[in-house]
Amino acid sequence: MNIYVLLKRTFDTEEKISITGGRIQDDGAEFIINPYDEYAVEEAIQIRDEIGGEVTVVSVGIDETEKQLRTALAMGADKAVLINTEDDIEEGDQYTTARIITEYLKDKEADLILAGNVAIDGGSGQVGPRVADMLGIPYITTITNIDIDGTDVTITRDVEGDSEKIKTSLPLLITCQQGLNEPRYPSLPGIMKAKKKPMEELELDDLDLEEEDVEAKTKTLDIFLPPNKAAGRVLEGDIANQVQELISLLRSEAKVI
Amino acid sequence: MGKKVLVLGEARDGQLRNVSFEAIAAGKKVAQGGEVIGVLIGVSVASLANELIQYGADRVLTVEDEKLGQYTSDGFSQAFMAVVEQEQPEGIVFGHTALGKDLSPKIAAKIGAGLISDATFVGEEDGEIVFTRPIYSGKAFEKITAKEGVVFSTVRPNNIEPLEKDTSRTGDVSEISVSITDLRTVIQDVVRKAADGVDLSEAKVIIAGGRGAKSEEGFKPLKELADVLGGAVGASRGACDADYCDYSLQIGQTGKVVTPDLYIACGISGAIQHLAGMSNSKVIVAINKDPEANIFNVADYGIVGDLFEVVPMLTEEFKKIKAAQV
Ligand SMILES: Cc1cc2nc3c(=O)[nH]c(=O)nc-3n(C[C@H](O)[C@H](O)[C@H](O)COP(=O)(O)OP(=O)(O)OC[C@H]3O[C@@H](n4cnc5c(N)ncnc54)[C@H](O)[C@@H]3O)c2cc1C
Repeated sequence: MNIYVLLKRTFDTEEKISITGGRIQDDGAEFIINPYDEYAVEEAIQIRDEIGGEVTVVSVGIDETEKQLRTALAMGADKAVLINTEDDIEEGDQYTTARIITEYLKDKEADLILAGNVAIDGGSGQVGPRVADMLGIPYITTITNIDIDGTDVTITRDVEGDSEKIKTSLPLLITCQQGLNEPRYPSLPGIMKAKKKPMEELELDDLDLEEEDVEAKTKTLDIFLPPNKAAGRVLEGDIANQVQELISLLRSEAKVI
Repeated sequence: MGKKVLVLGEARDGQLRNVSFEAIAAGKKVAQGGEVIGVLIGVSVASLANELIQYGADRVLTVEDEKLGQYTSDGFSQAFMAVVEQEQPEGIVFGHTALGKDLSPKIAAKIGAGLISDATFVGEEDGEIVFTRPIYSGKAFEKITAKEGVVFSTVRPNNIEPLEKDTSRTGDVSEISVSITDLRTVIQDVVRKAADGVDLSEAKVIIAGGRGAKSEEGFKPLKELADVLGGAVGASRGACDADYCDYSLQIGQTGKVVTPDLYIACGISGAIQHLAGMSNSKVIVAINKDPEANIFNVADYGIVGDLFEVVPMLTEEFKKIKAAQV
């Protein structure tokens, strides 16, 4: 099996967010593998261990993305590819990323491509399905189980809490939902091994892409914090009084009841 | 100079979802005076067309085929692309539902457009359509616009006010015939778990329980409170994982994203992944034993206390108020 994982380095949204000049301040912030992509890495490793093959983790990123790719290698992926757009792209969007990944994957004859169902920073969940469509292969999003038998694939998919059982076949792209698996932590030997695993670095040039080919279709005009809610009010007094006060606040002040 | 805009109507159990009416309202904004065309895809969906028109669509196109009885990205994209080819729209709006999330990137890829997902607001600035959408798990917002090509967006349920229903409105309803071929994915079985009645993403009042509810039994008082308030019960991942309730009730990044008028979080600590699904609610009440719980940081009103004491009291008081109103 020729397995590819699409991985994004993301800002850890557990962190406090501050904004200057319409941009998220990320100096010194913690960066992680997008949690939903971690499910993808884990699943890819389990599938390879079961039926054989090779897992290549691909990320469109910047110099620093190497760290998250090394983590995926330490978890057990075999190879990593960093498509470094640091010098070429000022502002990309989902079209940009999907176009680049598709260009990279188009001659790789992937059997299975795994991605996260959404990235916790941008939160749009577009890249997986876009890539599948551009490659001309089917995709299934938000999966919680996958069974592969030859080229036949059976999938369970989460649909707003309902679950769908789907039959399809390889080649295929899936996006991973929480519940699919429990991603492993890289072991110490895994971390040591990861240092020697192949990490290929490419730029747009290497994919015969020009900046215009991947120019974003959308433009972010501003980024801002949610409107400052008046600080929440923690009620006081005995519980019966608090309940009374809450009800009158909901009726008269908040007017929601 | 208005734009021609396609809005996909989505049905559930034979009824249009509210988000479809909200999408029409968004479509009207994108159209800037142009035509808004409702699109219905499925089996015997034409009967729903009039309601789309009553909520503001100028006309409706339907695509019906027995292969479209269940949503698949292959089937629905062929149907929707047939409409795109016929109408050559300049704008497209879907609801940001499971279906909308799954289908919209494929359509965007096919037409080479940008896609503004999960918008909570649509407005106009200097003649340009601008959208607002939450990013970073709801900790920030992005104001964004389409640079070129089709203006394409999915809208988060319960955020955009639908237009007033006007039963006197009429419009043309016509069918486009498409032969649906090559479905590469086949749905074999659907296990419906989504609870009775109220669709969580459309509920006006949500009473949500977390691990603090301690058991399946512990969700009963929450259900009672929800019932008096005409609301729905939701849950944290913690409560679902502990088997206190079904995953279909889960609210958050992995679960449903909700924007009710009133959200009462009971025994929920307020992890970022939970907040991502509810922090946009208009009014948030937190009931938690731990005064340091993070949920108090997003709550408008908080009660530090035992939910098993507070929730039944609330239910009783609301019952009294209701009785007095009759
Ligand atoms: C990738 C990823 C995605 C996730 N997606 C989601 C998601 O979509 N939704 C989600 O909810 N979580 C999600 N999580 C999990 C999330 O991080 C938290 O673990 C989860 O929300 C915790 O649930 P909880 O608040 O019910 O439990 P806890 O954190 O254990 O909190 C229980 C709370 O109950 C209070 N309590 C206990 N007893 C009482 C009582 N008698 N009365 C009042 N209060 C009481 C406690 O003080 C505590 O604050 C996700 C995690 C990951 C890694």
